[in-house]
Amino acid sequence: MASLKEMRNRIGSVKATQKITKAMQMVAAAKMRKAQNAALAGRPYTELLNQMLGNLQKDVSDFTHPLMEVRPVKKTAVLIISTDKGLCGALNTNLLREVLPYDKDSTLYVSAGRKGAQFVHRTRRTLKAEFTCKDAPEFIEARAISRLLQEQFLSGEVDKVDVLYTNFISTIRQEPTIRQLLPIVEIHKLDADLVDKDRSAAGDKVVDHHIEFAYEPTAASVMGSLMPHYLNYLLFQFMLEAKASEHSSRMVAMKNATDNAKQLIKDLTLEYNKVRQAAITSELLEITTAAMAMDN
Amino acid sequence: MAQSLRLEIVTPTAKALSEEVDYVGLPAAHGEMGIYPNHIPFVTELAAGEVAYQQKSKVFHMAIGAGFVQIMPDKISILTDMAIDEDHIDEQKAEDAKQRAEARLNEQLNDEELALVQATLANSIAQLKVKRRRK
Repeated sequence: MASLKEMRNRIGSVKATQKITKAMQMVAAAKMRKAQNAALAGRPYTELLNQMLGNLQKDVSDFTHPLMEVRPVKKTAVLIISTDKGLCGALNTNLLREVLPYDKDSTLYVSAGRKGAQFVHRTRRTLKAEFTCKDAPEFIEARAISRLLQEQFLSGEVDKVDVLYTNFISTIRQEPTIRQLLPIVEIHKLDADLVDKDRSAAGDKVVDHHIEFAYEPTAASVMGSLMPHYLNYLLFQFMLEAKASEHSSRMVAMKNATDNAKQLIKDLTLEYNKVRQAAITSELLEITTAAMAMDN
Repeated sequence: MAQSLRLEIVTPTAKALSEEVDYVGLPAAHGEMGIYPNHIPFVTELAAGEVAYQQKSKVFHMAIGAGFVQIMPDKISILTDMAIDEDHIDEQKAEDAKQRAEARLNEQLNDEELALVQATLANSIAQLKVKRRRK
């Protein structure tokens, strides 16, 4: 049985920890709201972009863009969008588990977020580039990453580019997701689960019946400028989703930590009081015994 | 026969506008375009500039950044990185942004920064153009 002083110290330190986790929970909650809004606000844009490109692709079936070229896959690049900081529950663990099935030798890694990079180093895989992402992802960062990936693909360095990120479903649910970024095979498929259920129902009607569009100046040139833009935005959207997931996950993790600390403090205090009471009782016992001995 | 025309302007951060309109003027990359209902399905690039749309007899103006437009007989969807309606343009801020961007163009920039600065410049010029048109 620990001494009273030790127990007091223990309660004190748990309380201090609880204060920290509570503060982190609140910070994460505030950031979460922002990130969630940003992720949700970006969806209509991505959706419309997908729709345009989808229609376009139907109209120019004979035209292939270099970014759409399907080659036999010798080397794959994987972009891992992880977090920079820890303390966000099982988010990174779940995410990085998805990295393992990739073949070690024929895969290059690009990491957005420090945790992913550390993991790649630790497991002795090839890290091609590392980007850090700030609390609020900016489009220019997404563009830089997307540019690098596109260059890798176009130069023939890699034949396929996958993106691994945590898709934001709700505050308590985030799922590690793998998406093929390059070559662009089919646009609708990529899009399907990015969009919430009710939204996709509304969006589908446009692509269902085939409409022949006119393009200016030509379909190929519109497609040529739409494609890279599409990739940039897709990536940007992934980053937003990943951020929203990170903050949600951190908030939930910190909330659990705070709750656990609370429970622990309760248990410890109970134990402390019991020990204290026992000490008093035994002291009393000693005094009365001593008094009785004196009387005799 | 669709007589109404829905104009939607979507930016990465929000759906900036969704209105029933009678006419829309667009800054297409190859020159201004005017769209009435029942236009043929059409897709083109947009340059940064001014969108004018007419509701009944009133005309509204918006500054938009570069992007794309998809036109359907009953719907126009604009994808752009910026959309601000006339009343919300801060002339001073746009002017400042323009000057900053111009100053930065003289510095050594990498491709990423250059693209960003040029986009900012085009956006601020578009805003100023919309704002000053009637002065």
